[in-house]
Amino acid sequence: MTDQELNPAAAAAPRAPRRRRVGRLSGRDKAVVAVLLGLPIVLDLAFIWGPALATVGLSFTKWNGVGGLSTKICQPNVPSILNNGCLYGVQNYHQAATIYPEFWPAVRHNLIWLAVFVFFATPLGMFFAVLIDRGIKGSRMYQSILFLPVMLSLALVGIIWEFMYSQNYGLINTVIGHNHNGNAIDWLGNPKLNLWSVLIEASWRQAGYVMVLYLAGLKAVDPQLREAALMDGTNAWQTFWKVVFPVMRPINIVVMVVTVIESLRAFDLVYITNKGINGLELLSVLVTSNIVGETQRVGFGSALGVILLVISLVPICAFLYLTFRRETQPKGAR
Amino acid sequence: MTSPRIPQNFQRPLARRGLLKGMGAAAAFATVPGALAACSSSKSSGSSSGNAGSATSPVTFGSNYSDASPKAAFAALCAAATAAGGPKVTINTVDHNTFQNNITSYLQGTPDDLFTWFAGYRMQYFAAQGLALPLDDVWAKIGGNFSASVKTLSTGLDGHQYFVPIYNYPWVVFYNKSHFAAKGYTVPTTWDDFITLCKKMKSDGIIPLAFADKDGWPALGTFDILNMRINGYDYHQKLMKHQVPWTDAGVTAVFDKWAELMPYLQTGANGRIWQDAAKALEQKQAGMMFQGTNQVAAQYVTDNANLDDLDFFPYPAINPTYGQDYMDAPTDGFMISKKAKNPAGAKAILEYIGTAAAESTFLKTDQWDVGVATGLQAPSYDAIQKSSVTAISNCKAVAQFMDRDADPAMATAMISIIQKFIDDPSTGNITSLQNSAEQQAKAIYTS
Repeated sequence: MTDQELNPAAAAAPRAPRRRRVGRLSGRDKAVVAVLLGLPIVLDLAFIWGPALATVGLSFTKWNGVGGLSTKICQPNVPSILNNGCLYGVQNYHQAATIYPEFWPAVRHNLIWLAVFVFFATPLGMFFAVLIDRGIKGSRMYQSILFLPVMLSLALVGIIWEFMYSQNYGLINTVIGHNHNGNAIDWLGNPKLNLWSVLIEASWRQAGYVMVLYLAGLKAVDPQLREAALMDGTNAWQTFWKVVFPVMRPINIVVMVVTVIESLRAFDLVYITNKGINGLELLSVLVTSNIVGETQRVGFGSALGVILLVISLVPICAFLYLTFRRETQPKGAR
Repeated sequence: MTSPRIPQNFQRPLARRGLLKGMGAAAAFATVPGALAACSSSKSSGSSSGNAGSATSPVTFGSNYSDASPKAAFAALCAAATAAGGPKVTINTVDHNTFQNNITSYLQGTPDDLFTWFAGYRMQYFAAQGLALPLDDVWAKIGGNFSASVKTLSTGLDGHQYFVPIYNYPWVVFYNKSHFAAKGYTVPTTWDDFITLCKKMKSDGIIPLAFADKDGWPALGTFDILNMRINGYDYHQKLMKHQVPWTDAGVTAVFDKWAELMPYLQTGANGRIWQDAAKALEQKQAGMMFQGTNQVAAQYVTDNANLDDLDFFPYPAINPTYGQDYMDAPTDGFMISKKAKNPAGAKAILEYIGTAAAESTFLKTDQWDVGVATGLQAPSYDAIQKSSVTAISNCKAVAQFMDRDADPAMATAMISIIQKFIDDPSTGNITSLQNSAEQQAKAIYTS
């Protein structure tokens, strides 16, 4: 921890000596520290860590949301209504991995989603950004058009694409003449097609998002670097890969994080499309479909939520590791 | 106005609040009937105010009738109840998806006195959790207005009534009269006639049966009717309660018959919403469609299609033992929450709603549902509603629909299983789907 992090009140007390200890803070400083640090910590514990730990706890129980929890062990072969709120051990995890038919498809779809975002949507967004940054004619118009989907909520994106994909009345099938009942292409219902159809919707939006991030990054690249590269006789391709791209390293990390987060929290589009069933299963949807509703399988849904949490922790830990390492490096150099 | 049957909203009910509140254990449901025995059926029918609250002080009504026309019909119903001497009613309307998804936390929090709900297992489940008030004294007064089967639908697992019904609607095969007349088709009553008709339609370039299952639930109706036609009502109810395993030969027979029908069903059902399937019927691209009047007839009204041309017939008989004795006819109605502030006033409202006059008031603006009171003469009934009354009264028993007769978690599991069947109705796939259904049923019902 650096002094500045430990002591946000330093800014409030101008000209404070750098090495001043906490014990020498005035009462007012302490109050400010307590409020500025304490309040976020309390809120964080109450609304992030509390529910997360409660979810972990609930994942070892069987509970339908009515009444309280007990410390009894669930009895085998008893109607579930009499087995409410009991301790269920790791049965929920076991069931998810063995007999729940949606589980493994959901894990696979989450990975496909991540791969498409990393290898398709992000490079596409980067490509758009580079094209627009080169100042082609009407670049502002292209920029607006490509960014437009980002302004819409994903739920709305889903509804817009329903009009494109609808079998009998959709734009795509009508244009290609496949809207008759004999030959209609079932874009959103065929489990072999619908994940890819929805990924096109998602990429349509994600590419615009990535484009804006890269545009900001490209604008920040010192033009002198390019001029120098040009003087050295590089072509446009070499300039980008050897000079511009490495300079954008901070932006690259931001884009990577955004991509991973967006693909793990994918939910809205598949939910709008078909409630996340029949080829569109995702872990986030399975959590929801078990916990939300009239008769809830809170324990089972919580177990799925914990699995999603563990998966999310992998990229989060990687990101934190990279970030903290970068922050400590300059300090070491000082 | 669709009736979304399956949890389908991502607004998260604050389920864990129930944990914090430390409410009574689930086992409490066992004590409910005893605690309320004082106001059960033995009570004289003198006055409606024998409980807490008063029959004249205002009551609140939590409503999921959030679409415009049922909302108006419901408001008229409540106004009529007040005019008939009941207390003033404040209606709190909530979007139906949100309402259904939040029902557990709603009933454990500060619910309205009355709430709109559905008959069958869905009602029994909440009654058994101790979240609903027994209505035996109300039924002592209104019981004469309903048949024994309707009373059974309103009865919880403990033998007390918890529900006052208002309307239901049959699941039947729709067709356009003019279309059948022009092509010379006749209404089939047996499976062989049905398949012959389907073949003829197909050779005429018509889709025999419009079909859609993008929302997941519509195809559950086809499973229900095939099961009731092949194995009968009792078997169906046992299967829904998992007293018969899903790997049973009876279930295999249902899927086999369905596979036989698959070539005549509109293809790509998993990507089509039922409204689009109904349009195929309207435009006579399809010859028939199996669904509820609450959907198809309502869609004809919405689309300004020719409702007078629409007609239906009960699903053809398969097993002669059961003939056309059964069908799905989901019933909607009302319940009183256990935590009602004014149960006496709420009961006064339900005593009015449980009359034929009240149902007529509601049905003035509704052209697809039918009232359930016996001898109801609704001057506003159209041909579809009149045929619905006949069709339902010809049944020996009516089922409620898979997600109302079964645990909703099981119905959700069956949605994906049936969609996988629609994708691949081969024999090998049927076997693996039945095994999957049975494994999940074990996890949901008994473990």
